[in-house]
Amino acid sequence: MRLIVLRLVTWFAGLMPTVWLVWRFLDDRLGANPIEEILHRLGDISLIFLLVTLAITPLRAVIGWNEIIKIRRPLGLFGFFYLTMHFLTYAVLDQTLDFEFIIEDVLERPYISIGFTAWILLIPLAITSTKGWIRRLGKRWKKLHRLAYVATIMGVVHFYWQVKADTYWPTLAAMLITVLMIYRIRSSRGRWRHKLGKLRTVDRG
Amino acid sequence: MLIGKSGKIPSSEMTPEGVYVNRREFIGKSAAVVAGASMGSGIGGSIGPENFQKDWSKVRSELDEELTPFDDVTSYNNFYEFGTGKSDPVRNAHTLRPRPWTIEVGGLCDNPGTYGLEDFIKPGNIEDRVYRMRCVEAWSMVIPWQGFSLKDVIDQAKPSGSARFVEFRTLHDLEQMPGQRYGVLRWPYVEGLRLDEARHPLTMLITGVYGKTLPNQNGAPIRLVVPWKYGFKGIKSIVSMRFLEQMPMNTWKRSASHEYGFYANVNPDVPHPRWSQARERRIGEFRRRRTLMFNGYADEVASLYSGMDLRTHY
Repeated sequence: MRLIVLRLVTWFAGLMPTVWLVWRFLDDRLGANPIEEILHRLGDISLIFLLVTLAITPLRAVIGWNEIIKIRRPLGLFGFFYLTMHFLTYAVLDQTLDFEFIIEDVLERPYISIGFTAWILLIPLAITSTKGWIRRLGKRWKKLHRLAYVATIMGVVHFYWQVKADTYWPTLAAMLITVLMIYRIRSSRGRWRHKLGKLRTVDRG
Repeated sequence: MLIGKSGKIPSSEMTPEGVYVNRREFIGKSAAVVAGASMGSGIGGSIGPENFQKDWSKVRSELDEELTPFDDVTSYNNFYEFGTGKSDPVRNAHTLRPRPWTIEVGGLCDNPGTYGLEDFIKPGNIEDRVYRMRCVEAWSMVIPWQGFSLKDVIDQAKPSGSARFVEFRTLHDLEQMPGQRYGVLRWPYVEGLRLDEARHPLTMLITGVYGKTLPNQNGAPIRLVVPWKYGFKGIKSIVSMRFLEQMPMNTWKRSASHEYGFYANVNPDVPHPRWSQARERRIGEFRRRRTLMFNGYADEVASLYSGMDLRTHY
């Protein structure tokens, strides 16, 4: 029962940003520079989804509810969806598909190079998110999907390099991804699981 | 293209008589509006009959470009003293008290002094100027300002022979400008011009926009506008003007000298290290447009920089 609620909440959370942005667009609440506003909000949203996706595994260990892993895929895919929309907003709305300028940007502006690369890295992850691919890839699936960390770190650097002077939010995002990375590195050495195993004296089944 | 003083607009550009009867009367009205406001109304909001704005919407800009709507001009601002978001200033600038206001003029000059706003804003002194404004972030607007030439103040102050630059400072008051509690920039905001740039006819001290008193979020009660330079040169809420021998250290250059320089001339050929300056988003337009050298004022200002390498002196 709790899982169904969790899935509903996940889908609601995944669709709400779209509803919110569409509403703001229709209500003319995007300000004087709507394309910039949409671009920046989609960037925020996709980064939040990516960070939440990476937080699921540590969260599962901390709260001891295994089933929560089931929302990791939809969360990751929402992240990829919003990131794709972020890129398309840039390419289609902001640069009006002027490839000469887009290519120059991707090649010559480091923050765009790294952001573009992050998106590219997530494409194979989105494609191989299905059960069929998990089966097909076996052990290699886990290794491939570690790219989620690489892409998210690149996203944080992209954010940091993009802001003019106010590094408050990018710094916060950097701290979050650092915490998640530390967890991941330590857990892959087994220590974290061992410690939590000792703490969990009550079965939450 | 020469930006003439008020009254020299070609008749083809003038609005139909019924709407916009007499330019001098209009200026008189806007000056009166501003002077009236300086009697202590406090908030730099909308003062004067609402049809001021409608009149402006019918005015064909001398630039033959669409004016940026008043709502956009007054709600999309970079004014970090009130927050770093574009919509922060309009939300937060109500704490600024633009009246009474004094400006200290000093440094290397024969006539230093403390001026009140009333000393600058006199009927007949205030002109209309419609200028392009290009932000270093690659967006731009076309804004109908009201103000007067900076040259008038300089002539009155009589800078001495050794003076080569003018430095401006914004108010530094954590209570009125809560954003100054955060170290995103070094406070107070400082800007400067070379003396010849400061004396140029295009350089204005601005006290109004769209026929209304300058709103707080736009830099009330008095700000600088230098239309051929990036917008960050347009220092807001000025409290001090000093004549110096050395080039002042302007705030954005101090913040990131490899990205922002002193001259900050609009130049599509010199990219910001992190983004291109070749194009800009004109607020209200969908497609980006090509950025013009010196923001389209090359005829009037290019001679100031002849012989200068604009890639080095950005």
